[in-house]
Amino acid sequence: MVKAHSIDDAVTVKELRKSYNTFSALDGISFSIRKGEVFGLLGPNGAGKTTTIKILSGISMPASGTAKILGYDVVNNPVMVKQNIGVVPETSNLYPELTCTDNLIFAGRLYGISTEKAKTGAKELLHIFGLEEKRNVLFGRLSSGMKRRLTVAASLIHDPPVLFLDEPTTGLDVMSARALREVIQSLKDRGITILLTSHYIEEADRLCDRIAIIVKGKIITIDTPEALKKSVRTEKAVDVKISPYTPFIEKEFSKMSTAVKYEKREEMFRFFIEDLDTFMSEFSAFIKGQSLSIESINTVSPSLEDAFVEITGLRREIMIQEKGGGK
Amino acid sequence: MKGALRSAFFIALKDMKAYYFKPPNISWGMLFPLVFILAFYLRSPIDFAHLIPGLLSLSLLFSTTSMEAIVITFERMTGALERLMLYPVSVTTILLGKISGGACFGITVTVVFLLCLIIMFPLHLKNPLLFLASVVISSFTFSTLGAFVSVSVKQVFEAQTLANLFRFPMIFLSGVFIPVNSLPSIIKPIAYIMPLTYSIDSIKVSFGYEPQIMHPLLSLLVLTVFAFIFLELSVKILKSRMS
Ligand SMILES: Nc1ncnc2c1ncn2[C@@H]1O[C@H](COP(=O)(O)OP(=O)(O)OP(=O)(O)O)[C@@H](O)[C@H]1O
Ligand SMILES: [Mg+2]
Repeated sequence: MVKAHSIDDAVTVKELRKSYNTFSALDGISFSIRKGEVFGLLGPNGAGKTTTIKILSGISMPASGTAKILGYDVVNNPVMVKQNIGVVPETSNLYPELTCTDNLIFAGRLYGISTEKAKTGAKELLHIFGLEEKRNVLFGRLSSGMKRRLTVAASLIHDPPVLFLDEPTTGLDVMSARALREVIQSLKDRGITILLTSHYIEEADRLCDRIAIIVKGKIITIDTPEALKKSVRTEKAVDVKISPYTPFIEKEFSKMSTAVKYEKREEMFRFFIEDLDTFMSEFSAFIKGQSLSIESINTVSPSLEDAFVEITGLRREIMIQEKGGGK
Repeated sequence: MKGALRSAFFIALKDMKAYYFKPPNISWGMLFPLVFILAFYLRSPIDFAHLIPGLLSLSLLFSTTSMEAIVITFERMTGALERLMLYPVSVTTILLGKISGGACFGITVTVVFLLCLIIMFPLHLKNPLLFLASVVISSFTFSTLGAFVSVSVKQVFEAQTLANLFRFPMIFLSGVFIPVNSLPSIIKPIAYIMPLTYSIDSIKVSFGYEPQIMHPLLSLLVLTVFAFIFLELSVKILKSRMS
């Protein structure tokens, strides 16, 4: 693989702007990704994630600003950029008329790999992505989850040092999504620099070393998932499971001496509290009075989702909105 | 350079495998030329042989452009063309691959027709080498025209309409039926800006006719210039559409 300068950043983006007609899709974003890092772009629909990936892949021109991959400028040296990156676009767009194997070999050839090498690589990738049985099936005949997996496989055929994944797990079932996350983790372990976009806060939390939260073409904050969580105003919460589960118990909560804030969750209640000791003594007295018992009680620490909601001021649901495919 | 040609070759190969040489598509590509040939044969079976060189060129034009226009507009719609941009190849290389695919298809269809016609009619191919060169160069030129048309439009049907806008006048003015020299002098200049005119002229010479316009090698040169112009225009348009 071609090496650029010995810099520590694999990707540097400075003041990138992009407009479609008068609409500003990217409003001066800047960030850099260290070599070997997994960097997440997290944001709601239309935030500008795909636009960013397209510019960094050299297939869309920025209006202003610069972006460099391993030292190569995306505008001035797109061929070297493309040689050094693997890209998984938002849609799984391999050739429907070609088989899985032929698609991978085609991709390899266009990256300048010898046909022999492409064939071996294709075999390996089909194995890694659990698609060996489908090797001679047309891409168009695969399920959408399998298409997604093959699209990821195709981005790796030339062993790129940098990988861009635009919503890699969208449309995958739980098991395939988990398997793909494991693959991404193993790529990270091999030292590949990864930029991924996601709607799934949990996924970003699990995979990313650092996360940039992007809304309406602007990056609001960049930090590690841990730091983002810490930045959330610490509101203490406890999850309590009451046995036997009685949904009607809600009505009785008002009888407790201090007023309680709570949310109903699946078969349990989440209480937002001031002080754990006070809450505990009061709540156990209340439960005894109702002739019930506490099955479990857990204190809750803020999630990345809480952080996201607080930082962006957006509703929780905004990130769950989906285009096609399920979780 | 070598890498670019290799990539263009694989793009063409993939197109031929995926589209052109699939049975329903082959017949679609042959349909137009077949209709022409039959229509003119039935109209005047006696002097039909004189029309053959022109009809071969026409067949080349139609078989090359009709499928190709569909392929390129289709791939632009599905995003397959955008995906090609992810690879470390230039827009010129991508289009060169697409164009070669269409050209190879046109050449194949035309050669099949030629073989059938040779069996059925007393044809004398005087200069097979010139014939081959004319067929190859013409099909590449027509293919660049097809590419130009298909990157300029959005929908498949628009591509067909725009292609016909170019193709139908060529049928009547390029010397297939009426020699260019017997055209009224107001229309003649139109004939001179049509690539088909030069293609027909050089193919006719390869069958032993006298050149109507210029030396066949010059005709081939003009065709090559046309090809470069159409390719350059297509690259420019596609680039601006993509960003
Ligand atoms: N080709 C285009 N023409 C016009 N507007 C566009 C184009 N592509 C994107 N946009 C607009 O730019 C904005 C950012 O789009 P982008 O696709 O980058 O969002 P995203 O963060 O990837 O969203 P999603 O989560 O839905 O994929 C959107 O408002 C979108 O409508
Ligand atoms: Mg997107």
